[in-house]
Amino acid sequence: MAAKICPRCGFYNNISRKICVLCETPLDGIPVKDLSYNKKENFYRLLESNKRNSFILIFSLFIFLIILGFIFGYIFEIGYAGPIIALIFSIITTLFSYNMGKSIVLKISGARRVTKNEEPEFVNVVEEISIAAGVPTPETYVIESDALNAFATGKNPKDGAIAVTRGLLEKLNREELSGVVAHEMSHIVNLDIRFSMLVGVIVGTIVMISDWLLRYLFWSGGRRRERKSEGNSIGLILVIVGLILAIIAPIFAKLIQMSISRKRELMADARSVEFTRNPEGLASALEKIAKSSIKLETASRATAHMFISNPFKDFSKKSSELFSTHPPIESRIRILRSM
Amino acid sequence: MLTLIILGVILLIIFLIVVSIYNNLIKERNRVKNAWSQIDVQLKRRYDLIPNLVEVVKDYMSYEQETLTKVIEARNFAMNAKGIKAQAEAENMLTGALKSLFAVVENYPQLKANENVSRLQEELTSTENRISYARQFYNDSVMQFNTMIETFPTNIIASIFNFRHMEFFVTPENEKENVKVDLR
Repeated sequence: MAAKICPRCGFYNNISRKICVLCETPLDGIPVKDLSYNKKENFYRLLESNKRNSFILIFSLFIFLIILGFIFGYIFEIGYAGPIIALIFSIITTLFSYNMGKSIVLKISGARRVTKNEEPEFVNVVEEISIAAGVPTPETYVIESDALNAFATGKNPKDGAIAVTRGLLEKLNREELSGVVAHEMSHIVNLDIRFSMLVGVIVGTIVMISDWLLRYLFWSGGRRRERKSEGNSIGLILVIVGLILAIIAPIFAKLIQMSISRKRELMADARSVEFTRNPEGLASALEKIAKSSIKLETASRATAHMFISNPFKDFSKKSSELFSTHPPIESRIRILRSM
Repeated sequence: MLTLIILGVILLIIFLIVVSIYNNLIKERNRVKNAWSQIDVQLKRRYDLIPNLVEVVKDYMSYEQETLTKVIEARNFAMNAKGIKAQAEAENMLTGALKSLFAVVENYPQLKANENVSRLQEELTSTENRISYARQFYNDSVMQFNTMIETFPTNIIASIFNFRHMEFFVTPENEKENVKVDLR
């Protein structure tokens, strides 16, 4: 499929045409535009491998939590209650954030709900992309800030919400806005909000248990270790392993969490293109976002991973790539442009 | 006795698998149907918006009656078009006519400044996008459904309950090109 697009009226003419069918403008020297979208395979493969990787990562986090639970149970002499406590704690926190998360996040970000009368273009774009994604139209919110950013929240597609900053609405054209909205819509469709919440809770539990272990071993470890070493040296080894684990576990868990977050961002970029069939829209939006140096004041460490790009703008070499919630924006743009 | 129980369990499992596949097929087919009706909804939305736009614009554009007539004609033609192929062609003509109308609007500063016009222009732009997204979603759903009834083991159940392939919505660009090739 290819066409010559009339420069005057925008009509899609057959490539053999010399003048526009509609407005009779000469079409000499007008480049032929390729309308087919055959790079599909490319991003479906990206989508698949990312899905697999996130699954492996979350599974290893889970195993990690269970092992830590066992050591916890051993050291506190409560046996299998250790891993069970860890699990129950995770489930309760998950349920809480599952039901409260959306309203809390929208509130602390200072997002205000907008109607079609106030923001016709934004609301229209959200409605368009929800047609492309085949999901109910999410609620639309605006954050009054000059920063360029956006995020999505909601526990399922029926309950989704998309928030964008005022700066984003002002600086982006319609195509770019569509790309950003489609990226956020992908987070909703992929159930990323639920996913990252789950990861957050597991990581939180790991950090907390490690903390307890460290405190315990630090304050009363000496006495206990003497008693243990009388009976068996396995106990001593376990205590030492527990100590080491308690120190490195939170770091590892955080690393995995960030890695998952970065993978989901790439997935959402790919999915966004699936909806709009226009990689350039999102690519050029990301370019504008990267150029802007305005920080989003209402973002916090806890909500940073939800935004389309790092809201703190600390892209300096200091902030290690391993600990960042987002892939480098330049490589996201490069991937989009290669689609 | 034991053999009977094992046999019963196996039969039950097979039954449950068949039921779940059947339900999935129904769900997918309804999704395709729903996607199809979504295209109609958006086309209707466009038919409804055009008279409003023409009404607002016509006072300013007394010298451009021809463009306006073209839009109105294209709209009526599209509304009465029968069959997918004819309709796709007519819709494409309408899209082109609207685009040339907007190109003309660019030449009238007062018109561009008119809030009603810009609002209607936004609505029509959005509708154009909705139509193409609705088509895209319909085609994706059809592809998914067709793949489903072709792959094992769904294909067995699909053929038993007589699920047929759904048809793709051929995009207007493609459609138009084919027509032109015929004319040449």
